[in-house]
Amino acid sequence: MTTAAMPVPRPYLDAGFSLWSWLSSVDHKRIAILYAVSITLFFFIGGAAATVIRMELITPAGDLVSAETYNKLFTMHGVIMVWFFLIPSIPSTLGNFLVPLMIGARDLAFPRLNLASWYLYILGGLFTVGALIAGGVDTGWTFYTPFSTMFSNTHVIAAAAGVFIVGFSSILTGLNFIVTIHKMRAPGMTWFRLPLFIWSMYASSIIFVLATPVLAMTLFLIAIERFFGVGVFDPALGGDPLLFQHLFWFYSHPAVYVMILPAMGVASEIITCFARKAVFAYRSMAFAVLAIAVVGFLVWGHHMFVSGQSIYAGTVFSILTFIVAIPSAIKVFNWTATLYKGRISFHAPMLYTLGFIGLFTIGGMTGLFLASLALDMHLHDTYFVVAHFHYIMVGGAVMAFLGGIHFWWPKITGRMYSDSWARFAAILVFFGFNLTFFPQFILGYLGMPRRYHEYPPEFQVLNVLSSAGASILAIGYLLPLCYLFWSLRYGARAGPNPWRAKGLEWQTSSPPPTENFGATPVVTEAPYAYADAAGG
Amino acid sequence: MPPVADAVVLSRQFDDAEQQRSAADLGIWIFLATEILFFGVLFAAYAIMRIRYPEAFAVASRLTSVSLGSINTGVLLTSSLTMALAVRATKLGARKASIALLSATLALGIVFLAIKGTEYYLDYRDHLVPALNFSHPGPQAGQVEIFFYMYFFMTGVHSLHMIAGICLVGVMIAMAARRAFSTAYYTPVELSGMYWHLVDVVWIFLYPLLYLVSRS
Repeated sequence: MTTAAMPVPRPYLDAGFSLWSWLSSVDHKRIAILYAVSITLFFFIGGAAATVIRMELITPAGDLVSAETYNKLFTMHGVIMVWFFLIPSIPSTLGNFLVPLMIGARDLAFPRLNLASWYLYILGGLFTVGALIAGGVDTGWTFYTPFSTMFSNTHVIAAAAGVFIVGFSSILTGLNFIVTIHKMRAPGMTWFRLPLFIWSMYASSIIFVLATPVLAMTLFLIAIERFFGVGVFDPALGGDPLLFQHLFWFYSHPAVYVMILPAMGVASEIITCFARKAVFAYRSMAFAVLAIAVVGFLVWGHHMFVSGQSIYAGTVFSILTFIVAIPSAIKVFNWTATLYKGRISFHAPMLYTLGFIGLFTIGGMTGLFLASLALDMHLHDTYFVVAHFHYIMVGGAVMAFLGGIHFWWPKITGRMYSDSWARFAAILVFFGFNLTFFPQFILGYLGMPRRYHEYPPEFQVLNVLSSAGASILAIGYLLPLCYLFWSLRYGARAGPNPWRAKGLEWQTSSPPPTENFGATPVVTEAPYAYADAAGG
Repeated sequence: MPPVADAVVLSRQFDDAEQQRSAADLGIWIFLATEILFFGVLFAAYAIMRIRYPEAFAVASRLTSVSLGSINTGVLLTSSLTMALAVRATKLGARKASIALLSATLALGIVFLAIKGTEYYLDYRDHLVPALNFSHPGPQAGQVEIFFYMYFFMTGVHSLHMIAGICLVGVMIAMAARRAFSTAYYTPVELSGMYWHLVDVVWIFLYPLLYLVSRS
């Protein structure tokens, strides 16, 4: 590969210092920062709702908030965390920043569309926060009919409008990524030389563009039906509320893979770098993300095993769900095989990633419990489900997101943070997370249903453990905010490649110039060509 | 003929005009795929309701105005023809023909919406609008109402797309009038054409599903 030995060009961060220079920038790197700031804000709003939930559940009696308020809290927690943090998290920030850099392009294919996506995200966020301020929504993030269309007295339409709009932000980001990856690769960057992070962005983008429109139209149907009091989900006319569940999960199950596939991409980059080894079985890793994206479209009925759907449908959905676990397992095995005989160093990004692998494995395995028809009868709508998907979404996606932020922070900002503080935070998050959510597996198995603000006294010990863990987790999430901000001013200069990592993004300066590379790079080697492997 | 070869405006992220054009091409195809899934929800809901209530859907479909619907199908298909010819004229650099054909497309689009509006008025007069004044005799009233709910929803979303398409064609006319296109650069017209055809294709499915359920 070529390295640009030119006079150091002006970093993208210095391209303008006014607020307007940021709000009007079409540079993918600056838009990534806009997203990073906004999703962090939403993360802490959603986290505040979770904090009140965990405080309420310290005691069996519903004494802190009323049942109605509790319903609004878990709805806002779900809506904000799913649509305004998790789904955009890695694609909109790291993806936006890294996709052009990793493939050797100057920008995404449609830079203005990229900026428009961010404005759509903010507009959707305003609607949702507006619904929150106006009194909240109590339907749960799933908006199940007929409650959402006929019975709820809360601001369903405003919240649905927010999610509808933010959906177009996802669609346009996905469209931008697909076109960019197809058309903008540098000379020599063939499909099988792409970093696995790019493959994961590609697979996620397919889900963005093919699943999100279904959610958008479904929410539109909800809003119209609620407004006019008549519609296709209305059982009084002969309509079918279950139709909503099919349409909703047709989007929302693939959406779960939108959260985890980018995390898998991040993990692949970090593990290879800190094991100083090429990823084990590169092609199977690339095909596995595509397989997860495709099969993920065919498993939505596993959310509806107790809805009265036919036993044959249930069986097929159960089998397909077991099948989707195979490519996920391939990835876990390959990461482990990559570590084998690697020269492993435990910097903060690696700690987050190792945590990711363990927690994702637990989350995935418990998903198979839930995919079993008979077991799901017992576990459906209990805290077992809550623990399962938090292991995937928080233990998996958020851990990898934090790992990725720590890994690429020197590239994004040009500064190093304190590695010991970062390692401490990573360990704190890992322990806090497990203390929060492992007790919930047991609670669910014992029969505690989700979405209630009070519970029988015998569940109190486990709930207190969970709330204690949540407070540790909160500190673990606040710490990076402190030392990362600190590093912006006082951190040591990072240099182009502090981790001695492979990949085009590390060949340009840190922070990169607006045009990314001095000259278009030419790729001549396979990805992850770490020469010093196997004790070398 | 004015010189045309230098008319391509290359955005900074692209290496050459060919890369820029093929990126726009792929982009619009992906966008059209999202549109198909967008409408797909409505077609799926329609299919389920029709399988469940075939008689009510047959009864309800006969209450639609098939003559106006058929005329509108002809209008829209013709507009796709003028659109296709407009794209070809732009590619060939025939600016006046391109403006004339785009204007014909725009006019046909407006005629379509006018006829659709007339139909909506007739439906309102006949008490067929759910939530506003729907009434239907007999035991199947609820199911007939669901048909008309789907009818208004699907044609309504389609009409919104028509309005967007008409605005788009209007912009193309203005750009053509300002000599923005050349034989080397005609991507916006081509993409608008593809969008217009998709909206037309959606109607080709809506027409038999809504108007022709049991007419013979």
